[in-house]
Amino acid sequence: MAITREDVLHVAALARLEIPEDEVDSVRDQLGAILEAVGKVSELDLSEVEPMTHPLDLVNAWAEDEPRPSLPREEALANAPDPFEGQFRVPAVGG
Amino acid sequence: MAPWNPSRHSGSGSQPAEAAGAVIDTLRLTAEAAAGLLERGEVSGDELAGAFLAAIEARDPELHAYLHVEGERGEGVPIAHKDVITTKGIPTTAGSRILEGYTPVFDSTVAARCKAAGLPILGKTNLDEFAMGSSTENSAFGPTRNPWDPERVPGGSSGGSAAAVAGGLAPWALGTDTGGSVKQPASLCGVVGLRPTYGTVSRYGIVAFASSLDQVGPLTKTVRDNAGLYALIAGKDPCDSTTVELPAPVVVPEGTDLNGVRIGVPKEMNEAEGIDPGVSERVNEAIRLAEELGAEIEETSLPRSVDYGLACYYLVAPAEASSNLARYDGVRYGHRAEVDGDLTALYSRTRREGFGAEPKRRILLGTYALSAGYYDAYYGQAQKVRTVIAQEHAAAFERFDVLVSPTSPTVAFKIGEKAENPLAMYLSDVLTIPSNMAGLPGLSLPCGLAEGLPVGLQLIGPQFSENTLFRVGHALEQAIGFDYVPERLR
Repeated sequence: MAITREDVLHVAALARLEIPEDEVDSVRDQLGAILEAVGKVSELDLSEVEPMTHPLDLVNAWAEDEPRPSLPREEALANAPDPFEGQFRVPAVGG
Repeated sequence: MAPWNPSRHSGSGSQPAEAAGAVIDTLRLTAEAAAGLLERGEVSGDELAGAFLAAIEARDPELHAYLHVEGERGEGVPIAHKDVITTKGIPTTAGSRILEGYTPVFDSTVAARCKAAGLPILGKTNLDEFAMGSSTENSAFGPTRNPWDPERVPGGSSGGSAAAVAGGLAPWALGTDTGGSVKQPASLCGVVGLRPTYGTVSRYGIVAFASSLDQVGPLTKTVRDNAGLYALIAGKDPCDSTTVELPAPVVVPEGTDLNGVRIGVPKEMNEAEGIDPGVSERVNEAIRLAEELGAEIEETSLPRSVDYGLACYYLVAPAEASSNLARYDGVRYGHRAEVDGDLTALYSRTRREGFGAEPKRRILLGTYALSAGYYDAYYGQAQKVRTVIAQEHAAAFERFDVLVSPTSPTVAFKIGEKAENPLAMYLSDVLTIPSNMAGLPGLSLPCGLAEGLPVGLQLIGPQFSENTLFRVGHALEQAIGFDYVPERLR
């Protein structure tokens, strides 16, 4: 299945991952080669097979609803690139 | 040999210990022997940690197994942690520039359990970025070199941990395994590596790659050391709802026979294209040895697991990674790009600047496989292939206790040899991936040399069969008598 430049740019936008213009073609080629290799999975007729999402048969692994101390604010902000008055400051949405 | 409990530093060790004041040979010293020295007061915790730190100073400039040397000293046997293992107050980078400077404010459960057992942290070891790779060449901070031959890779992604143990820079270490990232570097470095049953070791505080596959595993010089470290870290954790209690306590192996053990040899794993002849020979010798020790050996088949395993993994794992790596956005920690724009530009530019080529590739691949219109054909289909793999293994384990194969198709390859070709690199995992997809445990132990480089034997068992893997591994290890000290360092 051939993947196009537009596919690459669409997927990059979904992943919030900027790709420099001069790299788009080589990314397309690399992804195309990998997709072709992994596309092998479609050779098998698995219409009768259930998908496996998890190796264990765990269902509803509940925890007791008991409050425990959470991370203090200063620690939560300890690695923040731009802390501001106890918050994470970021550029506005939409500029 | 008495069973040994590393958290109590008891046990006589598997080899004679050095007398007090004698030089500690960090290349040869096992964790068990170290614990014995401590227990008998022949060596202090400080001297022991000091010996490893001196070795790190002498040899790590060449090997680059460590990203950060912490140099903790304490009463227990020191340990190194792969840098996806969160350690409070100690830098944790996941081998990536996007987390450069990040210092966690909490301990992962495995780090906390090691700390509670009194194991001082020597440092954080190098890895392929975000655990994505099979050679440690994808580290943003430079590769690690194999102690057996510094022109060669140590394997990956836990290459730093494997090289540290093999190179006498840590008595034992923790790594993580998603597609084979503990087993394969163990194989290439001539040490023992366990990938545990999924769910037996907590992933809380482990920088996530693929959540249905990631598991923390020990890298050690001996099988007994491996069992000892596994016992320390395994067990249900309330902070990780995908963990379960072990059905039985870990048994540190003692026996040297394999009477009654039924060993299956899947032909697809042992005759796959691309396996070095030298690797096959060593593995076949080990299989014959197992028979001499009393095991029943029989050929078996996993008709589709090996053939479709790689494709399945390289859809499932990147898909899960694309979700797990979405958190690296420059908002709360790590690298943040300087942008003249809006929040979306911040995310996109930060991720472009911070991630290396392999994580970017896998994020894009995973996003594509999950996107509307492609989900069923790619990710949905891969999940079904996963069921097939699990069923084939389950069927094999009705007749066998253990399956055996080479861990890696090749011995350690040269740095740079596969780095430009992602698909060639992915093939390194062709033998470790299938059992991983099924959530099954696997132990790699060295079974000899080919071209002067270590060959790993992979033992695969059903879920929760670690004690069987340790038993079989230990008996074979004693019979094979592999010297885990690299020849050039003896």
